[in-house]
Amino acid sequence: MLPRPMTIARIDQPTRKVKALTLHGRLPAQPGQFVMVWMPGLNEKPFSLVDDDPVTLAVASVGPFSARLHELEVGDRLWLRGPFGHGFDIVGEYALLVGGGYGVAPLAFLASRTIGARRKVAVIGAATGDELFFEHRLAGAGCEVVLVTEDCSAGEGGVCTDVAERLLQDETFDVVYGCGPEGMLETLEQLCSELGIPGQLSKEAYMRCAMGICGSCERDGLLICRDGPVFPVGPGT
Amino acid sequence: MESMHSWPGEITVGEPDLTVELCGVRLRNPLVLAAGILGTGAELLARVAESGAGMVTTKSCGPAPREGHPNPTVLDWGHGLINAVGLANPGVDQEVKTIARAKDLLSPLEVPLVASIFAGTVEGFAEVAQKVDEAQPDFIELNISCPNLAAEMGRPFACDTGDAARVTASVRQVTTRPIIVKLSPNVTDIASVARSVEHAGADAIAAINTLGPGMIIDVHAGRPILANKVGGVSGPAIRPIAVRCVYDIYQAVEIPIIGTGGVSDGRDALEMIMAGATAVGVGSAVRYRGAEVFGAILEEMRALMTSVGYGSLVELRGIAQV
Repeated sequence: MLPRPMTIARIDQPTRKVKALTLHGRLPAQPGQFVMVWMPGLNEKPFSLVDDDPVTLAVASVGPFSARLHELEVGDRLWLRGPFGHGFDIVGEYALLVGGGYGVAPLAFLASRTIGARRKVAVIGAATGDELFFEHRLAGAGCEVVLVTEDCSAGEGGVCTDVAERLLQDETFDVVYGCGPEGMLETLEQLCSELGIPGQLSKEAYMRCAMGICGSCERDGLLICRDGPVFPVGPGT
Repeated sequence: MESMHSWPGEITVGEPDLTVELCGVRLRNPLVLAAGILGTGAELLARVAESGAGMVTTKSCGPAPREGHPNPTVLDWGHGLINAVGLANPGVDQEVKTIARAKDLLSPLEVPLVASIFAGTVEGFAEVAQKVDEAQPDFIELNISCPNLAAEMGRPFACDTGDAARVTASVRQVTTRPIIVKLSPNVTDIASVARSVEHAGADAIAAINTLGPGMIIDVHAGRPILANKVGGVSGPAIRPIAVRCVYDIYQAVEIPIIGTGGVSDGRDALEMIMAGATAVGVGSAVRYRGAEVFGAILEEMRALMTSVGYGSLVELRGIAQV
């Protein structure tokens, strides 16, 4: 499985820092799986998929590699290896999706696939309102969307785990899907354990091979690239 | 009706004996996690042991921390892997903590630990070996496929009988633990390198390290894919070369061999043993069959041995030498 060249069909920029790159072509994948994106002469890094048909990536400009991806134009090429890893298992009828910061990207893919669910609530949080993105994608996929910002500039004030906690206590959910910063995932894991609700959390790590051999992404004996990036939490784990 | 056929081997009572002894150390089975695969953490090493490995090897550590090469560093090119991770490691001072913790986790499982080391100089090898020795690994493995900084063009130690012997001798002086020297196939006569490290005090040979270096070019980008341009080739494609190297080494030395290179299933493991290996390294197969590959290969070895009528590995070692 060598990197495969794909051409950019469309570029959207939902926030100042985030671009969504839609590529020509498909790459059948499970929501939560990731690809390694190679820019010749530069680097190769993991990105979770926003969609697999057509292939869509969300790129937050956070360093030299993503800054270079932001300079690309429609018609330019990038190279993808994958998909890799274990994604979200689609279970339950009442799903709570919790996305912090850029963690909303794989949840948008997941939401588009959980069409059988009776109720889907997506809580997405960011520091400020202009950093929130994909709320329309989530709503379009049938989610009730709750916005949360730390500076109260949009939706509720606070962090997304505060809202998640309240929803989990007051309403009925049988599964929690989460993606976001480490601290947020720790809080979600604790909530799932305390409330006895199964959760599936997508983790991040520095990666090299992406195939479960080099050990670069290892944490406590688990390989984020192959055992994850989505891990079960809560009862029975 | 196929399963009703009676083969001579089926009259063997009990399971085939998969235990082996390597330099006086008993292994519950011959499968060894090869260096550079899943050897980055103590918990990961323990997981490999739990999945069935008879012995595990840490990822090579050197005198100082190294970031390694930028990505892409590892590729699956269809018939094997190619890698240029660039000896990324936390440095020996940090690594000894991992080795000590791994020992604690592995001891109850009765799975010995090999600490793999490298350095850019002969003295560097001795220095790293001395530090690693204190963490009490069961074996110290010398990765001599790295560049010798003192040699012309940084020729690897493994590509010169004299350099390979000097590294071995310098480590021999600082440790009483069994020393495994891992040889490179990228030489004209691997048997002479094996003979030279045996004379210098090696207790065992591991063969082979990756082949090459090789290169994969992306035809759309018109450039090599690996950031380091070239990398070591491993996996199924190199197995016949590994088998031949083990065969040659077996004829040249008295010390045991860990046969490594493209072993993916039970048949491949038995092939290595018939070439002359005492133990069998498994690396790239983790890509194809996961960390659980060790248990799977053992099952395949047992089934194959039972069906053919082989009772133990000792009786198979080197039988292909004709």
